[in-house]
Amino acid sequence: MTTEAPAPIIDVRGVSKSYRRGEVVVPVLHDITFTIAPGEFLSLMGPSGSGKSTLLNLVAGIDQADSGRIVVEGVDITRLTETELARWRANSVGFIFQFYNLIPVLTALENVELPLHLSGLSRRARREHALTALDLVGLSHRLDHFPGQLSGGEQQRVAIARAVVTDPTVLVADEPTGDLDRVSAGEVLDMMARLNRELGKTIVMVTHDPRAAARAHLKRHLDKGVLSADDPAENPD
Amino acid sequence: MAVPFSYSLRNLWTRRTTTILTVAGMALVVFVFATILMLAEGLERTLVETGSADNVVVIRKGSASEVMSGVERAQAAVVEVQPEVAVGRDGRKLLAKELVVLIALPKRGNGKASNVVLRGIGPASLELRPQVRLVAGRLPRMGSSEVMAGRSVVKGFRGVGLNEWVCCGLRDWRVVGIFDAGNTGFSSEIWGDADQFMQAFRRPVYSSVLFRLRDPREFPAAKARLETDPRLTLEAKRETRYYLDQSEIMAKFLRILGVSLTVIFSIGAMLGAMITMYSAVANRTAEIGTLRALGFRRRNILIAFLMESLLLGFIGGAVGIACSSLTQLITVSTLNFQTFSELAFRFTLSPAIAAQAMGFALGMGFIGGVLPALRASRLNIVDALRAV
Repeated sequence: MTTEAPAPIIDVRGVSKSYRRGEVVVPVLHDITFTIAPGEFLSLMGPSGSGKSTLLNLVAGIDQADSGRIVVEGVDITRLTETELARWRANSVGFIFQFYNLIPVLTALENVELPLHLSGLSRRARREHALTALDLVGLSHRLDHFPGQLSGGEQQRVAIARAVVTDPTVLVADEPTGDLDRVSAGEVLDMMARLNRELGKTIVMVTHDPRAAARAHLKRHLDKGVLSADDPAENPD
Repeated sequence: MAVPFSYSLRNLWTRRTTTILTVAGMALVVFVFATILMLAEGLERTLVETGSADNVVVIRKGSASEVMSGVERAQAAVVEVQPEVAVGRDGRKLLAKELVVLIALPKRGNGKASNVVLRGIGPASLELRPQVRLVAGRLPRMGSSEVMAGRSVVKGFRGVGLNEWVCCGLRDWRVVGIFDAGNTGFSSEIWGDADQFMQAFRRPVYSSVLFRLRDPREFPAAKARLETDPRLTLEAKRETRYYLDQSEIMAKFLRILGVSLTVIFSIGAMLGAMITMYSAVANRTAEIGTLRALGFRRRNILIAFLMESLLLGFIGGAVGIACSSLTQLITVSTLNFQTFSELAFRFTLSPAIAAQAMGFALGMGFIGGVLPALRASRLNIVDALRAV
């Protein structure tokens, strides 16, 4: 008797992507195929220009592949219209950016509440969800602070709260520790590991930092648009 | 669901210097727009309030105003015997045969001569115009060279104060009273005995006959009879209609002038708003990318930026209207093209003008903001996120 492996939550098949710079076509990704199981924590590494951020953008549904198929949670996102894709992102993906990308004129609480404006929840329910998310990242005491009044580490924790507030299945993180000092970077990575471990979030993280990559279960390398084979990361713990 | 309103509002506050400058430009245009409409409205309302719906003015057919009209004594007598004419408490007909002549008097400010209406009145004239109140001195005696001056004339012209003498028609007329007719054209007139004026100015005919209707509903019958009587070459108008017609040309002129001027000015204000909004889009490209990545649609971004631009217009409109409302404290005097005489009136802000001015301001905000908002909504998400 054999045990069936769980169906992948992310299934990328034969994806290629190139950019056009004037008359010149620059290939970025070439026939990429890989799968990610539910609850996996994958780090994508590679030199600058290797196409890792492009691959992350394609998986997150903010960029379009030239060819191939990307299925997330059973939805082929390459076939969705722009409006459907926007709705899908609002429900299924949480974003963590290198420079936090918080809205400077909104408070921490309002920033976390922002994606919930697309959910149809009542104002009270939105507030409760946002408070829970901020509590999860240990920032309940900074609700009314604007991003400019928070440290880099705190801003990234607010961004993490914003990423998880809609309870998405997939979190995508593009260099989440790239703008942080060592201590703050450690805190942010701890938090991501906790989200993966305790809440079962599937995480795809692009990073240059080997210490950050080591927190993932799986490491994949991209070089000149070609993905390497699976490489289980060393357990940092 | 849309991007929260506080996002648009707070972004305006964050860049308050540019916001204030853009709003100031829009407010200035709205101020000019509203003020000119208020001028036309004030003129119109002053002339309309001058008339009463119960009164009928009879003038020579084809003459636009009393100044150009002539009603012969025999014709006036025919009007007097019409059954629709009301009878006063003293048993006399509520009808006044009046004469209007223009005299030139020096203005207080620059001494330049300007026309003033001299109205020859009859015994019933005051009863026909209850808005006329004596505020100083006494009423002029009939059959004498005495006159009373309207308050706006006393304020605007030299030599027409109480107990001063006005020289015209080869005679000197003593000002024995000052009257106030409120916000009406009568305040810009001088009144005396019609028969005395006819002699002095050698006018054999009256300018108009004014009478009160026994029943306001009888106007069509009275008008039909007077205008079809073969002995008469007269036309009858309700007094309100008569004064509204007088204000028409001037008010139309002011409105066309106002709208044309402000449309030209508004191009500058709209360009200002457009530059402000384009710079807002350029500075917040990464924010736009983030909002799109979070799931907000192009339409949500378009609305958020349009909202910001409309808010600029709204604040500009509110400031402009507030400033223009202060001009209501000012009374201006200008030449009425229809009567060639000076008329004093106030800027009048009506709800319709406020609504028009606000609509104009919002229109400027919309036109100024639509292109930058479209640009914001069309940004590619990945390119926008790279703009950090």
